[in-house]
Amino acid sequence: MPDEKKVVLRRLQSAKDLGKFMAEYYYELDEAAKNGKRKIAWCTSVGPAELLRALGFLVYFPETHSAMLGSTRMATDLIPKANAIGYSPDICSYLTADIGAYLEGISPLAKVFKGIEGPPRPDVLVYNTNQCRDVQDWFEWYGTEYGVPVVGVQTYRNVGEVTDDHIISIKKQMEALVEPLEKIAGVRFEREKLQEAVRLSRKCSDLWKEVLDTASAVPSPITFFDGTTLMGAAVVGRGTQKANDVYNILLEELNDRIAKNEGAIEEEGYRLYWDGMPVWGRLRMHAELFAGLKTNVLASTYCNSWIFSALDPAAPFTSMARAYTELFIVRSDEYKEKYIREMLEFFKCDGILYHDAKTCPNNTNCRYGMPQRLQDETGIPSVTIHGDLNDLRLLSDEQTKTNVEAFIEQLEERR
Amino acid sequence: MTKDQGSRERHNPRPIYVGVDVGASRTKAVVMDRERRLLGRAVRKSGTDFSESSRLCVETSLEMAGASESDIVNAVSTGYGRKNVACATDTRTEIGCHARGCYLAFPMAITIIDIGGQDNKIIKLDAEGRRTGFKMNRKCAAGTGAFLEEMSPRLDVPLEEMNGLAMQSTDMVKLGSFCTVFSATEVLQNIRVGKHVTDIVKGLFFSVIKRVLEMDSLTENVVMTGGVVAHNPYLVEMTEEAIGRRIWVPEYPQLTGAIGAALYAMQE
Ligand code: SF4
Repeated sequence: MPDEKKVVLRRLQSAKDLGKFMAEYYYELDEAAKNGKRKIAWCTSVGPAELLRALGFLVYFPETHSAMLGSTRMATDLIPKANAIGYSPDICSYLTADIGAYLEGISPLAKVFKGIEGPPRPDVLVYNTNQCRDVQDWFEWYGTEYGVPVVGVQTYRNVGEVTDDHIISIKKQMEALVEPLEKIAGVRFEREKLQEAVRLSRKCSDLWKEVLDTASAVPSPITFFDGTTLMGAAVVGRGTQKANDVYNILLEELNDRIAKNEGAIEEEGYRLYWDGMPVWGRLRMHAELFAGLKTNVLASTYCNSWIFSALDPAAPFTSMARAYTELFIVRSDEYKEKYIREMLEFFKCDGILYHDAKTCPNNTNCRYGMPQRLQDETGIPSVTIHGDLNDLRLLSDEQTKTNVEAFIEQLEERR
Repeated sequence: MTKDQGSRERHNPRPIYVGVDVGASRTKAVVMDRERRLLGRAVRKSGTDFSESSRLCVETSLEMAGASESDIVNAVSTGYGRKNVACATDTRTEIGCHARGCYLAFPMAITIIDIGGQDNKIIKLDAEGRRTGFKMNRKCAAGTGAFLEEMSPRLDVPLEEMNGLAMQSTDMVKLGSFCTVFSATEVLQNIRVGKHVTDIVKGLFFSVIKRVLEMDSLTENVVMTGGVVAHNPYLVEMTEEAIGRRIWVPEYPQLTGAIGAALYAMQE
């Protein structure tokens, strides 16, 4: 009988520091929600978090909660609850899982953090449609439910070159948020505070980029699957010193691995790029599948989405407008293609895997001929897996496995 | 070839290689010699006990080859149940095995269309037989053998009679839907308005072809394989008409996966 080899994943020590950071983050939010001493803003993952911090809000990101619903595999049973009140199974399964969890009164936070019952009650919800329209609908539902204001920024989509006109429009929308947010926060806006938040956020972004760039080493000290959990601090903590502290520790560990020539997996035969969202409920399974095939999925568009190199404390609003418009997800296919091409080269990838996530077309880049075009241009082969970020009814593990194994066989043949 | 395998081959008067393809619907086994000649073969329902069905298949194909288990130098398995094959020392994916099996029959740059019981594959090979890409169908059964299996009781037509019926069609019914369930509704509607079963069956065949052709583009030389093709040669004729050129079919279209596995067994 062909033997099934047991795969051992190499854990990063600093993942513990990240875990501690996340715990403190959620306890602080929970306390504030319970004692009412600090106002809480809910924000989209690439929304104007720096402005909220400058106004003294504690910032909660529902997408992170949805990702937890996915990784704890609670999402699939909750999505139908939202479907039943009119949110289609074809739309964002972050939205449907999160609303489903609210309707059922359950949360993975309660399972992971003793004493926390669920997400902290918001005083305001702030979105940016730079990633998709779903976030606006999602936040508006909660706005009605909690009876609190919902404000946001409407971003351009499919942007090729980012022009001054784009920036001026987004900057004006961000500035227009100040007045209503001041009222809710009960404090006056101070430019210096925004500058400080932008400075810290930029530092966080630079550190996170350095972390991800370590994957260009051969062997890579980090995997995409590590990245999807390690990025927590860049999402929820950007604009705080604590997040930067966590990344300094992580970076040290990764550089140490590089110095020792120690890879994230036992044997790195092939190097892959992952485009699209992770399948949250299958992170471990996928990590083991690839490691077992001596393949490191080491870089991704997704983890890179929290790099905001345009942030500049000297021009906080303008640079925020630029940083949140220059994002990959906002851009045209022409830009995206060029970006991925550069990444494939920088990370020395042998192949690219596209995750066609059924409920998130916004993070799915293989539906308009890009895999074929990129393969023609670079000669780097690709494979597409069909699945979803959260809804496990939309994937077949067996098919994913066969696709991935066959792809690695193909790479083997070409060596 | 490994050192171990080399010595087993030298000491064996009749060195043979076994390939087993445990598909979702049928299990196939072949026995080949070093010259890549097919000495024995067997096909049976996979059922629910993959280990048993593969064991029986290997047994039958050994018998046909006039060989015994001790003659086996190496065996490789493939397909959904590939991990359940007792005699196999290694596994390969169906994609790799179909590619190898087809290239043995047609050593040139080819596009392989494999229509299986549960899924379809399109595999592209260059002139040296190296894979340049592949696609598997998505989650739905549409376009696979399972689709025809689902439709046969609805039409009250045994699966094995479908090919003959489709050939008699004079006015093919057009089915528009992607989805197996919606297609079933369309079929019922066509029965209700009095369409001939022959025309509906041909419509079903054409629906399978459409699902397959939308998966990928085809290169010049096209090969079709799989159990559905083995039992429904008219499907190949219809596909030839749809793409406007000749399609190559190996002698045993259902066995290409198992043959590919045996070729891997030789190489290892
Ligand atoms: S980008 Fe995709 S996953 Fe994220 S909120 Fe929008 S639709 Fe959902």
